[in-house]
Amino acid sequence: MDSELPALLVLGPPMVFKLFQSHYSHKYRFLNAFSSHLPLPEFLQTQQTHPSSVRAILCNPRQPVTADVIRSLPSLGIVATTTVGADHIDTAECRRRGIQVVTLGSQFAPDVADMAVALLIDVMFKISAGDRFAKKSIHFKPWSFPSGSKLGGKRVGIIGLGRIGGEVAKRLEAFDCIIMYHSRNKNPSVSYTFYSNVVDLASNSDVLILCCPLTEQTKYIVNKEVMLALGKGGIIVNVGRGALIDEKELVQCLMKGEIRGAGLDVFENEPNVPKELFSLDNVVLSPHAGAITLDCFMDACEHVAKSFDAFFSS
Amino acid sequence: MGSISVLLVGKVLPYLEQELDKRYNLFRGIDPSQRAAVLRDHASSIRAVVASSSGGPDAALIEALPKLEIVSSFSVGVDRIDLQKCKEKGVRVTNTPDVLTDEVADLTIGLILAVLRRICECDRYVRSGNWKKGDYKLTTKFSGKTLGILGLGRIGAAVAKRAEGFDCSICYYSRNEKPDSKYKYYPSVVELASNCDVLVVACPLTPETHHIINREVINALGPKGVLINIGRGKHVDEPELVSALLEGRLGGAGLDVFEKEPHVPEELFGLENVVLLPHVGSATVETRTAMADLVLDNLEAHFLGKPLLTPLV
Repeated sequence: MDSELPALLVLGPPMVFKLFQSHYSHKYRFLNAFSSHLPLPEFLQTQQTHPSSVRAILCNPRQPVTADVIRSLPSLGIVATTTVGADHIDTAECRRRGIQVVTLGSQFAPDVADMAVALLIDVMFKISAGDRFAKKSIHFKPWSFPSGSKLGGKRVGIIGLGRIGGEVAKRLEAFDCIIMYHSRNKNPSVSYTFYSNVVDLASNSDVLILCCPLTEQTKYIVNKEVMLALGKGGIIVNVGRGALIDEKELVQCLMKGEIRGAGLDVFENEPNVPKELFSLDNVVLSPHAGAITLDCFMDACEHVAKSFDAFFSS
Repeated sequence: MGSISVLLVGKVLPYLEQELDKRYNLFRGIDPSQRAAVLRDHASSIRAVVASSSGGPDAALIEALPKLEIVSSFSVGVDRIDLQKCKEKGVRVTNTPDVLTDEVADLTIGLILAVLRRICECDRYVRSGNWKKGDYKLTTKFSGKTLGILGLGRIGAAVAKRAEGFDCSICYYSRNEKPDSKYKYYPSVVELASNCDVLVVACPLTPETHHIINREVINALGPKGVLINIGRGKHVDEPELVSALLEGRLGGAGLDVFEKEPHVPEELFGLENVVLLPHVGSATVETRTAMADLVLDNLEAHFLGKPLLTPLV
């Protein structure tokens, strides 16, 4: 019976929620707080639910789990978010109350790494530009374009050699790329060349791939100086966060040919993308889709469901 | 060597044509009427033919050139050349293997990712301003999928090596099983197609492999399967491919080659699960220059009485 199912308060909602709901509607009574403008206590009233019967929250950064939210739910025991970061959850308050916080691990690292490689090959070989060209007319004319070149022997500088950076390195090694990296700290368990300075990394790279989180230290880590050091033959791929790159400078460099091209899955002010990029053939643009695969979403749902299962059965 | 007569019968890089012109007495016979005129006046002096993927000497042409000693092809594929006739007549044949293996393998992975992750469609989505209305839909993960390779030659093996970096499982079909290979062998193309998520065509075009991708294979690959053709257009029964894609019997396709190049089936233009390329395969200046040099070096070796660099016959 519906009322016997544990209540799950949903804030956000997470992108995976539609999928989660379709798979797990037999397990939870969903309280979709994201669909209401009412403050939480009033919303719960409309759902004939007393705050003390809410033990679990599913959320994402769109709707923060603040101290107020936590205090209004005396029986809250678990908060699960479908992100790696937990900045939108008052984790201090959770600790005080002994509330479990569940985040995603590295489930989506392969998908994001796949996206990075996809963007790189597309820029190198002009796949999207070629597809546009081939679909224009039923007879394609000889298509001459500035030389591309194979990945083998290219020096790839990875900025941020974490889980995603590591997966990117592994893939590009199979293409015989030479891997180098910059990270907060040198990693003693890898044999790739470490650069403590991003400009030096760029000077010695043919490709820069951004895989690091956005922090105060990494904001605009790729600036004009770095782009000029990378040079006219260089390609930038960004699957991290838009603000890792000085976007205005990037647009200028691309338009002037100061760098060869860019593959971008993230932008400073999503979903707004600088219009100047739309007429360029040396960029490939993606709508922050690095982790938006069915496999990834299913993995995220399963991870969250397992955590809830363990919680509700203990 | 400027007195040696050479006939060019296929489109090649301008650099190659220029060099051939410099070094030899070059006759251009790419279009049929050009060729007929050359044959009329010079057939008995031509000692070499330069071919490419767009044109090569068939039996009739080989017969028409009594002094023909060598055919040097600006391509890996030699389906345009009557190899049997060349063997009979003692005519040497060279091609350009290896120089473009890595590039074609790189492009293949790029095509697979473009189809599964809808990279071209995502790019269109952003450029059209549609992202402001909402996120793009869920796409299909590549890592961990099963790749089926039709033809485990140099290019097929290079594709497999790269796919292993994505934790893919690799299986293959070849005329003969390769005892040293660690990959799983299937004795028929249909079985290969039934057991993989992405099927890559990487074999030479021969009479046996003409339309090797037919309705049965396409149906076996199925509504979630993806076909990638970096071989020759004639490997695939194109009308069957088109109807399978339109009807949803095949999950997607990435095509760099077409049966009647440069004609491209218009019905595929609007399909978001299809990526089409204008036969870019080896189209980087680096590789094409290396291929051109190989053609020139093979010809030079032959006329100097030295061993050929990359002989097929």
